[in-house]
Amino acid sequence: MQTMDKPQDAVASPAEAAAAPVAPVEAERVAHDTVGDVTAKNVVICVREANVYYGDTHALINVSLDIGRNEVIALIGPSGCGKSTFLRCLNRMNDTIESARVTGDFRLDGQDMYARDTDVVMLRARVGMVFQKPNPFPKSIYENVAYGARLHGLAANRAELDDIVYGSLERAGLVDEVKNRLDDPGTGLSGGQQQRLCIARTIAVNPEVILMDEPCSALDPIATARIEDLIDELSEKYAIAIVTHSMQQAARVSNRTAYFHLGRIIEVGPTDRIFTNPAHKLTEDYVTGRFG
Amino acid sequence: MIADDGDDGASRQLSPEETRRRVDASLRRRYRAERRFRYYGLCSVCLGVIFLVILFGTIIGNGYSAFRQGFVQLDIHFDADVIDPDGGRDPDVLSVADYSLLVKAALRELVPEVTSRGEKRELNNLVSAGAVFSLRETVMADPGILGRKRSLWLPLNSEVDLWLKAKLSGTDGDGISGRFSARQLGWLERLLADDRIELQFNTAFFTNGDSREPELAGVWGATKGSFFMLLVTLLLSFPLGVAAAIYLEEFARRSWWVDVVEVNINNLAAVPSIVFGLLGLAVFINFFGLPRSAPLVGGLVLTLMTLPVVIIASRAAIKAVPPSVREAALGIGASQMQMVFHHVLPLALPGMLTGAIIGMARALGESAPLLMIGMVAFIVDVPSGPMSPSTALPVQIYLWADSPERAFVARTSAAIMVLLAFLLVMNATAVWLRSRFERRW
Ligand SMILES: Nc1ncnc2c1ncn2[C@@H]1O[C@H](COP(=O)(O)OP(=O)(O)OP(=O)(O)O)[C@@H](O)[C@H]1O
Ligand SMILES: [Mg+2]
Repeated sequence: MQTMDKPQDAVASPAEAAAAPVAPVEAERVAHDTVGDVTAKNVVICVREANVYYGDTHALINVSLDIGRNEVIALIGPSGCGKSTFLRCLNRMNDTIESARVTGDFRLDGQDMYARDTDVVMLRARVGMVFQKPNPFPKSIYENVAYGARLHGLAANRAELDDIVYGSLERAGLVDEVKNRLDDPGTGLSGGQQQRLCIARTIAVNPEVILMDEPCSALDPIATARIEDLIDELSEKYAIAIVTHSMQQAARVSNRTAYFHLGRIIEVGPTDRIFTNPAHKLTEDYVTGRFG
Repeated sequence: MIADDGDDGASRQLSPEETRRRVDASLRRRYRAERRFRYYGLCSVCLGVIFLVILFGTIIGNGYSAFRQGFVQLDIHFDADVIDPDGGRDPDVLSVADYSLLVKAALRELVPEVTSRGEKRELNNLVSAGAVFSLRETVMADPGILGRKRSLWLPLNSEVDLWLKAKLSGTDGDGISGRFSARQLGWLERLLADDRIELQFNTAFFTNGDSREPELAGVWGATKGSFFMLLVTLLLSFPLGVAAAIYLEEFARRSWWVDVVEVNINNLAAVPSIVFGLLGLAVFINFFGLPRSAPLVGGLVLTLMTLPVVIIASRAAIKAVPPSVREAALGIGASQMQMVFHHVLPLALPGMLTGAIIGMARALGESAPLLMIGMVAFIVDVPSGPMSPSTALPVQIYLWADSPERAFVARTSAAIMVLLAFLLVMNATAVWLRSRFERRW
């Protein structure tokens, strides 16, 4: 296990990173306190022995989990169990929290995410994130979506940028509501619209992995259904990790489910098995609603 | 737990009536406190307004008369023999000619009965010594006027000006008449009756530099000096302050030296301004050899003074930007720099402007640090740039308030009005800028 509270402290050299096997190590050895198989086929993100501390709070304890391409993994668990913390580690958003200290092995396509020579900006462009609370920029709707594409130089001209913006809004199921007021401030939308705007903003930069932190908590059933359709559609190309408090949603959209409890992953498995036949007592209590 | 325990639960649970009664009682208390607080607020606002009205009332009451100046109409004969005896029309000759002879001649023509030396002197004293300057200007601008006659309005002496203002407003004017001889008063009365003397708008006050003669003294030199100084201050302290604030807030890792810098910035904001003057004297003038009395040096000193204020306000403004905006920008792959310049800075700019304007307003009114760098001096010339010697408005006010001539009393108040107007323009610009930036969400 390496210590890497700061990027500089990471010891993995480029050579080492290249030599590291893309296929994960045996599950038994690394996931000693997790029931089920933490590995996935066609791995894109591989996390081993992750620990996160906020000051003295040990928020994530020995977490290991793989995320495969074309897979939707649902992260469920009671409030405060570390789901958001785990998600934020995957695109190094925890770097911005001064008290946070992250240790463990995080790999994106076999490459150490926390290595010294890893470009955080590139990482975040490849691993997009939709936050728990909608946070559109205080700019126009158009600018909100165009921002990332412009930042990374994805559009060669205005027409291409327009295409990206319209396409993203379309896929986020927002285009009909806002197409006549693209110049209005994004902060003037309703909560649910704002969240879809944030999703459009994220998919506009074409990330390989999308992290979603309760994206539907502020949405009505219709918008939720749209987002779920979008997730289905996106999962053909991307890997998606979604935190949700809705069992039904987890059951509907995900292939695999990980159950978090007090900073640990208690159980991982195919979604239908987790919901119909959980192996761990805690998981069973939670999915059957007996938790707490 | 409580539900299991029937007895205990019932005794602890208030009945609906009792709840309503208690809420009602507390509600009345809350409303009373609210009303009381509103009155306190209203009282303090009224008090503030009253003092403001008194302040402005006295300043305007004292100063408005300085905006008008007494002039006398004289038929000047531009005698070529007096001004340019050789007829060469050489500008050097024209500029050193004795124009007072023309004024004296014109005056004698107006009051022919004057004969004795003493009488002549009394008569000549009525017109400002500065009248010759306007004659010289007229000639220099158009030498063709030589040999011709022209009717001109020339400024009266400041004492006569005071007499005229007192006379026209029907007051005694602190016994100003007692300062003239009966003969002089007679001439003045006659000229007044002939409409030969009157009050006109005092353009000299707005276009001249300082002068020993009150009727020639103006605020333009000091205003320009203040302007150059504040320009230097703004151009240096705003970018420097904002950059320092951004670095400290966004880029510096928490470490002991950041804490040291922070403590020192807060301390600097509280250092008496005269200390900055001493520093400016030691560093800018003695070490770097910059000229004394220059607005550039004044601006540098005021920058030192303003910088901590700008930094503190800018840091507060940056801190107030919601973290969710930062996360959104970073999450989409913006670099730290892009996040700051695309999102944090636009949102923090209004707050930064507020800080800058507070600092600039303080700098505008500052005279103590200028004392040390030689800007408290009698400087007649209007400065042409930040390197030429000048004074500043507050210094000018201080100098005039200290002058014995009575005519400077009104001019002091008028200069204060100019200073306040300067401040008002500055603040209005800031408010306008701020609202422009705020409109972009
Ligand atoms: N910035 C922070 N500073 C200190 N402690 C934090 C911080 N963020 C989270 N924590 C702590 O870490 C633990 C895990 O928090 P996290 O946000 O990951 O929970 P979560 O599973 O996402 O909960 P929820 O479902 O309510 O969003 C909590 O105990 C929380 O108090
Ligand atoms: Mg969360």
